Amino acid sequence: MQFFGGSEISPSLPAPTASGNNALMMYVFNRNGICLLYREWNRPLRTLNAQQDHKLMFGLLFSLKSLTAKMDPTSMDKGNLGVPQLPRQGCSFHSFHTNTYKLSFMETPSGIKIILVTHPRTGDLREPLKYIYNLYVEHVVKNPLYTPGTLIK
Amino acid sequence: MPPVAPRSGDAIFANVERVNAELFTLTYGAIVRQLLTDLEEVEEVNKQLDQMGYNIGVRLIDEFLAKSHVSRCVDFKETAEVIAKVGFKMFLGITATVTNWDAEGTSCSLVLEDNPLVDFVELPDTCQGLYYCNILSGVIRGALEMVSMKTEVTWVRDMLRGDDAYELQVKLLKQVPEEYPYKDDE
Repeated sequence: MQFFGGSEISPSLPAPTASGNNALMMYVFNRNGICLLYREWNRPLRTLNAQQDHKLMFGLLFSLKSLTAKMDPTSMDKGNLGVPQLPRQGCSFHSFHTNTYKLSFMETPSGIKIILVTHPRTGDLREPLKYIYNLYVEHVVKNPLYTPGTLIK
Repeated sequence: MPPVAPRSGDAIFANVERVNAELFTLTYGAIVRQLLTDLEEVEEVNKQLDQMGYNIGVRLIDEFLAKSHVSRCVDFKETAEVIAKVGFKMFLGITATVTNWDAEGTSCSLVLEDNPLVDFVELPDTCQGLYYCNILSGVIRGALEMVSMKTEVTWVRDMLRGDDAYELQVKLLKQVPEEYPYKDDE
């Protein structure tokens, strides 16, 4: 795949080059919070161990989804914050960016969440996320040796 | 970029990789035949077909969502329409019709006029209790469970038993919202 570059760790963040050396990390979660896939290409600072990192990421997204739905100015019906939502209510956010990274997120109705952390000046990543989801379907879901809900090897 | 609109069943069916219909029918027939030989009890075979369908449905939903770009369905009515028009068309090449809505909108019937699984099939007298296409009910149940809907799917009419069409009754038991899976103190 030309989108992802090599995996060297460097202390300062490289600017996006013409060859597209953009991505920092990728996570894929399923609806139960199990991290199916984690890949990193360029992550200078690691603060937590892998388990806690995944839980933190999943919790962050879950809460952000809930928060964005409750703050939606166009929706009619609002429950209390923290109440589990029915799948059809509420909008879903797709990215946020800080001064050092941008996090893009895609969730399917079946609960598969794909997260890509990239350089902050990356454009809208919804199409690439859909492309990754298609790859997931083609190679993981259709693989008869893969049990749904376990780590992708 | 604006999100891609959902594609119609015909468009996706044209793009998806297809297998020979007879090969598909004969393979399915061989599976049912083998199950009957292994398990002998018709009820057991029905249950096993349903379980196999459930396992298929759990994976099928991702492929369906990826290829058809449908977004979250607003209610069960829309879900049933999408299954009948897009889902069946995409995977089996047939279209089903949705009828018989009950008063609350939680139960409906999907009617299939023709069914590629049962070409060339006749049920012998020893297997009269067999739901030959029970795998389809398992598939629908499995797929809907992965989108947070617990359903119960049963066969109402079956052409192999002398009725005039295939009718599946899909009943929504409840919507299961997504919950935070970790305990707060861990």
